[in-house]
Amino acid sequence: MIYLITQTLNGLFSAALLFLIASGLTLVFGVMRIVNIAHGSFYMLGVYVASTVIARTRSLLLGALAAVLVVGAAGFVVERVFLRRFAAEPLAQMMMTMGFALLFRDIAFVMWGGDPFTLPYPQALRGSVEVGEIVFPIYRLFVILVAAMVGLGLWLVNERTLVGARLRAAVDDPEMAAGTGTNVALLSGLVFGAGAGLAAFGGVMGGPILGGYPGMDFDLLPLAFVVVIIGGMGSLKGALIGSIVVGLIDNFGKALVPELSYFTLFAPMVIVLALRPTGLYGRA
Amino acid sequence: MAGRNGTHRSVRSPAWKRYLLILGLVILVAGPPFLSSYWVGLLTQVLIFAILAMSLDVLLGYTGLPSLGHVGFFGVSAYTVAILSTAHQAGFWTCVVGGIVAGTLLSAAFGLLVSHVRNVYFLMITLALGMVLWGLSYRWIPVTGGDNGISGVPRLEAHAGLPLSGPIPFYYVTLLVFGACGLLMALIVSSPFGYTLRGIRENESRMRSLGFNTWLHCYLSYVIAGAFASVSGVVWAYYNGFVSPTYLELTAASEVFLMVTLGGPGTLVGPVLGAGTIVLLKNVISAYTQRWLLILGAIYIITILGAPKGLWNLGRVSPRS
Repeated sequence: MIYLITQTLNGLFSAALLFLIASGLTLVFGVMRIVNIAHGSFYMLGVYVASTVIARTRSLLLGALAAVLVVGAAGFVVERVFLRRFAAEPLAQMMMTMGFALLFRDIAFVMWGGDPFTLPYPQALRGSVEVGEIVFPIYRLFVILVAAMVGLGLWLVNERTLVGARLRAAVDDPEMAAGTGTNVALLSGLVFGAGAGLAAFGGVMGGPILGGYPGMDFDLLPLAFVVVIIGGMGSLKGALIGSIVVGLIDNFGKALVPELSYFTLFAPMVIVLALRPTGLYGRA
Repeated sequence: MAGRNGTHRSVRSPAWKRYLLILGLVILVAGPPFLSSYWVGLLTQVLIFAILAMSLDVLLGYTGLPSLGHVGFFGVSAYTVAILSTAHQAGFWTCVVGGIVAGTLLSAAFGLLVSHVRNVYFLMITLALGMVLWGLSYRWIPVTGGDNGISGVPRLEAHAGLPLSGPIPFYYVTLLVFGACGLLMALIVSSPFGYTLRGIRENESRMRSLGFNTWLHCYLSYVIAGAFASVSGVVWAYYNGFVSPTYLELTAASEVFLMVTLGGPGTLVGPVLGAGTIVLLKNVISAYTQRWLLILGAIYIITILGAPKGLWNLGRVSPRS
């Protein structure tokens, strides 16, 4: 029972990180129909940028802020300069993001070297909570809480603000949205930048535990894609449910049948694809 | 979409293309005896990846289904050969048939999951399926050897009982397989079936209202592409003598994708050209610099900006312009 609860909490921690990454991926997909292979690279760059800033300033908060802003800006530039001109050409866009994924991977290797590292834990969040016999690290609980707040924030922006309304309009019918005065191109750039920033934030949040290492960019990317496929491409609610499903299954899979981890994700994906090809909350 | 201007508008190809094609064939057939074994090895690699790239083109260029999990079948068939020949000491033909059957059966199973989805959704789902296979090869250590892979696949010449051995006989065996696969695929894409595939690529709902079972055509195209990819996987296992998860990675999957896009989707010559360019550049550039990934990334971006229809389609005028 204790084992079960601990593993569930661990699974929820993975789900929280996955949600931070997959929510950006699914938003970008919803607005632009881009299969963004470089999304994992933004996640990786976030950790590396944060590590540099933290080493200089000794401030975790500044590190996180810098990571989100720098990577978000990089995403914005990539979208405006290289992806916008291929709007409605999903293959060209996918190849473009693949090219950038390779560029970013090599640039990170040149700039930061190949040694794995972890970010420091925040001072206040060290140690564990004990409830009865269950011991659980505070930092992991904190990440779950942060992800929940980010999810709530995204939902509020999407449902309750003018920007969100314009965003939903652009998802439903880009031409009509443009006709009623929404600058869809600028909005797409901003969404892409925000998605990149979210991925970077996910990298920083996972930084004290997962750290940074060469190859991490493609490590979580497939999981994020599975989340988006299960939840429905373009749906925030789907990303939330998908993250929890994938986080839990991946965690229990790794614990129970380590040699088949990854493969355990196959079953839910196949079931969802067979029953609802557009994912749980996706629209055709 | 890829390959909008397919070969069906077959005005006679310009003279330079015909000369280039003949020159290429002459080099492939008569060149190797005059080359060092290093270059013969590289040419063998080119041919193996050319088969793989052509098979992806049946799907991507002719049917309009962009698969990012295509190396999966290549990998599964290579792993099957490696496992059968090392752990089970199986004979040559068992390995060959086993590899092809394993890859093809897998594509028949995956095909059921993806044949009803299109466009970006197809891209994303095949990517996820491909990554599942990668995860399996990486973590199912008792069977696949994990990160270490499986080494000790016997030399093809010895395993098949050929009287000759060395890089040149292996090259010509590969050339034979390449020729047979290329010919078969050329027959398939220029058959009525192949034209139906092109019709689906251009306008699926019209093809459906004309009475074609478009699902079945997409499914068959997927399985055919998977079968040819499995053939290239078998040859690769023998060529390399070693299999590892490297060739199931996302980077490998998109490298094949790049070969097709760079060469020219919707033509069978294009993917061969693309495979040649990428394999040769990779080996030559890697000898001089560590920054191959940086250059490969740049090649992606330059290809999309400069030759979005691929090198082999460069001279061709698009119907809309």
